[in-house]
Amino acid sequence: MNRIHEAFANTRQDGRGALIIYLTGGFPNIEESAEFIITAANSGADIIEVGVPFSDPIADGPTIQAAGEQALAAGASVRKVIAMVSEVSRQVAAPLVIMTCYNPILAYGPDRFAADAVAAGVCGVLIADMPPAESQQWCASAAGSGLATVFLLAPTTREERFAEIIELTTGFVYILSRQGVTGVRDSLPPGLPELVTRVKQHTDIPVAVGFGISNAEQVASVCEVADGAIVGSAVVGAIAQQQSREARLEAVQSTVSELSKGTEPFLSQK
Amino acid sequence: MSQAATDAGRFGRFGGQYVPENLMAAVEELAAAFDVAMADPQFVEEFNDYLRDYAGRPSLLYRADRLSEEVGATVYLKREDLNHTGSHKINNTLGQALLARRMGKRRLIAETGAGMHGVATATVAALFGMECVVYMGTEDVRRQELNVFRMQLLGSEMVPVSAGSGTLKEAINEAIRDWMENCQRSHYVLGSVCGTHPYPTMVREFQTVIGRETRQQCLEREGRLPSHILACVGGGSNAIGIFHAFLADTEVQLIGVEAAGRGLDTDLHCASIGRGTFGVLHGAASLMLQDEDGQVAPSHSVSAGLDYPAVGPEHAYLHETGRAEYVAATDEQAIDAFVRLSELEGIIPALESAHAVAHLFAMKDQLDPDSLVIVNLSGRGDKDCQEVRQILEQRGNE
Repeated sequence: MNRIHEAFANTRQDGRGALIIYLTGGFPNIEESAEFIITAANSGADIIEVGVPFSDPIADGPTIQAAGEQALAAGASVRKVIAMVSEVSRQVAAPLVIMTCYNPILAYGPDRFAADAVAAGVCGVLIADMPPAESQQWCASAAGSGLATVFLLAPTTREERFAEIIELTTGFVYILSRQGVTGVRDSLPPGLPELVTRVKQHTDIPVAVGFGISNAEQVASVCEVADGAIVGSAVVGAIAQQQSREARLEAVQSTVSELSKGTEPFLSQK
Repeated sequence: MSQAATDAGRFGRFGGQYVPENLMAAVEELAAAFDVAMADPQFVEEFNDYLRDYAGRPSLLYRADRLSEEVGATVYLKREDLNHTGSHKINNTLGQALLARRMGKRRLIAETGAGMHGVATATVAALFGMECVVYMGTEDVRRQELNVFRMQLLGSEMVPVSAGSGTLKEAINEAIRDWMENCQRSHYVLGSVCGTHPYPTMVREFQTVIGRETRQQCLEREGRLPSHILACVGGGSNAIGIFHAFLADTEVQLIGVEAAGRGLDTDLHCASIGRGTFGVLHGAASLMLQDEDGQVAPSHSVSAGLDYPAVGPEHAYLHETGRAEYVAATDEQAIDAFVRLSELEGIIPALESAHAVAHLFAMKDQLDPDSLVIVNLSGRGDKDCQEVRQILEQRGNE
């Protein structure tokens, strides 16, 4: 059992869902993003996704795109994010998952990236623009180093392709709650529970839902049907609004603590 | 379908479908609809009817005598600038709009650099009574005011994109995002032979009419095939369009001209083949300008339509197999060619096409009286007159 599966098993044992928090690596700078990871883990995040920014992030909404641009301007790179992660991974129990686009990994070299990520304490990788059909080279690199891979599944994914996605998934299945890009939305789409149920009929591996989830209530509704909820823009947006280092850290602490309330079963039974 | 290795959008190690999962269904639907449409004689006939009656095809193959004299060879211009809307872009937008209509999508999304593709998309949207939104980088909005007005006049919504360098690359990012959000009722009309499968194949197939006509016209006029074909390459749609009918004619030299901007030894150019490396951008593996960390590098060209940091995957493949040769022309060479062609032939070329003309002048020493050169004049230069006037005034002051 890898550490991602362990994290899900632990939350399940506690009778709650897992809270997965996305943070842009290097935003607003490398040092602070390291502190955010530790704070998020201490505030209730069960798994943390660390974004490696890419210049042309087609799947990101405005909040995460702006954070990525700022991180790149502050000098973020694959190498620096991996170095930062290797510093913090020993200090947090939550497994860390790198999220990025394929090109930075290609430029770094997939084998070398997988090896360096594992050495830094990274447990898994999610490559936003790499569907199963294009994943052969990466999956070979990941398998060789023992890194888990997270694949996406969308509301429009044909059911015939569920099996292919699930078979390649060694981390968790990331269900996109909706079409479109990342970002805070007011409500969850009505078809979501049915989609999650259909996916879960195909597999026992953990299933988490992301895109547009921004508050504890939405986390709670997701955790009623899925094994976990993923929140990105709401946290990154809360950081971006603050003017000082202390306020940013405080924003991570309060936002993640508040979100984590949604994973508790009592809230979902309201 | 023609001979290049198109195995599910693969051109050797280039091409592919590197898209987020929430685009996969739309991309699959489009690829399937395109295959069915191209196998349907009615669709092909309808497309050809619009090319003839609306775009004004076939476009002329014009023997440019004064230009020929200047370079010491026989030179013809393939007059794509005479198409309706002033460039080759209309071929592709007609094809894609007809396909969108067939798929029941009534909203068109497009990105544009120089504005020619945006205008060509806005035009077919008006023609077929469709909704249309065009994304354009703020830097390009500045460079191409006239085309912005044309798109609005045609009833399209124009959305300026200020992210990054505010050019074509960012406009594509935004168009893809819109498509992801709205793919059930919208079709994304990508303007070049780049991006995810099926676009490189689909846009090529809608543009190969250029080469088929050229081949026939050249044989009729000269009784032989050309020795050289020159075309500018940004994403590469006009070049693929004219090259494709000649791929099997190995005696015909195919030459793509990239934008060397301020020079290939500076950081200010768009020579993705000349100076790029292997990478994945906008859904396809190809050659692209990037730094060692895999971040896409900013590109520069005086011509907005060539200002893109990657190239269509099939060009990368033709380069790697050696079937086509890729060279580059600087901003300055392109401006000079813009002026010189206007003086010699009374034809004002688009700054994009002026790069191909510039290489014709540059390769003068390699030509002889037997050489038969065809330059694809992909667009007309009205849109560039204001920009060029400013540049020439600056030159005069220096």
